[in-house]
Formats: sequence, structure tokens, C-alpha cells
Amino acid sequence: MANQPTDIICGETTSRAVAADDRNDGLWLSAADLQQVSGWVFKPEGFCKEEVCVPVPPSRTAEFVSGQSYNLVALAGLLGQPVVADTANHAWCIGESSRERRRVLQSLDAPDFTLPDLSGKMHSLSDYRGKRVFLVSWASW
Amino acid sequence: MDLPVWQALHQELEAKHFVPIAVAFDSAGNAAAEPWIKAANPTYPCLIDMHHLVAELYDMVNVPNAVWIDENGKIVRPTEPAGVTDSFRTMDRKTFAMPQDAVDEMMAKRTAYQNALRDWADKGSQSRFALSGAEVLRRMHTPDDDRVRAAANFRLGQFLNETGRAAAAVKYLDEAQRLRPESWNYRRQALSLKDPTNPLAAGGPEFWNAVDALGKEKYYPTADDI
Repeated sequence: MANQPTDIICGETTSRAVAADDRNDGLWLSAADLQQVSGWVFKPEGFCKEEVCVPVPPSRTAEFVSGQSYNLVALAGLLGQPVVADTANHAWCIGESSRERRRVLQSLDAPDFTLPDLSGKMHSLSDYRGKRVFLVSWASW
Repeated sequence: MDLPVWQALHQELEAKHFVPIAVAFDSAGNAAAEPWIKAANPTYPCLIDMHHLVAELYDMVNVPNAVWIDENGKIVRPTEPAGVTDSFRTMDRKTFAMPQDAVDEMMAKRTAYQNALRDWADKGSQSRFALSGAEVLRRMHTPDDDRVRAAANFRLGQFLNETGRAAAAVKYLDEAQRLRPESWNYRRQALSLKDPTNPLAAGGPEFWNAVDALGKEKYYPTADDI
């Protein structure tokens, strides 16, 4: 297996120089790297994250598992997540699925986030529970 | 730049448990946002969102866009332009002068929006501007596959740019724009990233051409209840 140091953005996590193999339009990682990059773990019942497990169709196991490596692209496909890759730069981005984005927004619970202020202090939206929050965007450009 | 406007409102309404949270969609980070924030001297949080995460979570396509979130963390007004109008389109592009009626329209909308915020700070869920769940859902734009694919392209382009590979980034920034043509955030951030030494890159001829191409469509599609 020809591993390359690969940068992988998965949701809000960016992992630099992960050993990965991009053969056959896939992105194959070790179990430890798969968990670190995406939070998902492969178990007998399928791919699991926290309390959720997504079964792998038995006839398609080879798309997801090969020896000790796991295909992040196939997993993203199973979850409905978009994959964008710049193979020349070994840089990948796995986005969130539209289904998950819709589910969160349509619950009417404001999606939480954590971002820094100028000094680097982190603020989460949920820190402001109990207030009437006017969340407003701007930009310097 | 509305940061001083939100500062005045925060001072006025802080005792009523009202707080603005301003989020800068600036891939250049502190370097770009700092002068504006320092000038506003805010007592409310001004956050830096290099990756436009909040835009993705709340499906925001422009600035200023806003969402109202109540004490329980529920959305009571979904993403909408925050008290702005299309008046700027009447501007003389050399002198930046605007006809008086356009200025009046702009100021009236701004005042109405601030008054709606005051009403909400006063009355909470009893404010007529705090919408029912059904009305929030009716107004809300929800992400489809093209939108999440656009976000992933933008994020990869932004990452390549941030890590010193500006030339490689262009393709992904362009693809984000193609998949989500209504996002002025993608369009204008890309113009700024492609011409980083020009502080007016996002407001130049390419911007105005895109505005003109809207025709009768609104740049700021505002709700009609404010």
C-alpha cells in the first residue's frame, strides 16, 4: 500500500499529513486515523460514532474494508456526505450531508458553534443560553 | 460595516438580556477583521469565522445576514438580510452618491429593523417579530446537495489558500460559486482572496457586473414584516 501524507478536512476537524492511500478513487486509512479524522470506528455492526451505527451492506464490504485499512470515501458515500479532493496536493474535504444539515435546521434548535474572538478566546453560541441572541454576519471585504 | 450600530443597541438593550453576536466571514482572519472591530470597541462578542462555518450552518449567503435565537436556543427568525436594502444599487459608481429617495429608503429600513429588535428585546415571544415555528420553517431556506457540495468546495479552496497554495485554490472557490451562484459570500470572499493586496477587490467591476446581472432580483431579499 502506497501511503501519502494527506491533509483531510472532515466537518470541523482538519487533520494534517495523515498516512493515506488514494487508490481506486478511495481514501484508505488505518482504524486509528479513521477515528481521529472522522470520529467513526469500524465494528462488527458497521461504522459507529457515539451511539449511532451504520451497517455496511455485506455484499459491498470490500468497498469499505481492505485488510487493516478503511475507505473514508465509501463511508462518506454511505452517509450522503460530499467529497472534494485535490489529489495533486493530497488535500481532501469531507462535508456534512444535506440530510443532516436539514435535520438540524428544521428542528429549529439553533446549531451550536465555537469560534474565537480577536484575542483567541473561544465562544460557543450555547454559552449565551438565557439571552436573546442576535446572530449577525459581516465581513471586511 | 454595522458593528457600531450593534454596539449602540447592545448598550441600550443589554439589561433586557439582549446580546448581538457578530461573526466575521473573513478567510484572512484577524488581519482583515481587527481594524473594524477595534474601531467599534464592542462590549458584545465579535467572532472570527475564517471558514464561513456560521454561513454553512445557518445557510447565510450574504452580509449582513442575521438569525434571531431566543433564550431557549430556538430560532425565532431564520436567516434574512439585517435591516439593509437594495438602495446601494442606485449609487453613482464614481462618486458613491445616492439619490435622496434611495437614502431615505435605506435609513427607514435600518430604523425599522432596529425597532423590531427593540420590540423583541422588550416582549420576547410576545413580540410580533418573533415568529411561530411554522412561520420560521416556511421562510427558512434549507440545504440541498448542491449547497453542501458548494460548502465542501469552498472549504477546500479556503484551506489550500490558507496553506500557501493560492493557485490550486481557485478551481474550488470557482466551483463553490458555480454550485451556489446566489452566495455573495463565496463570490466576494473569492474576489478578495484572488487579489489580496487590493482592499476593494470584492467591490470592483466584477462585483458590480454580478449585481447588474440580478436584474429585477433582489440583492437583499428582505422579509416584508419589518
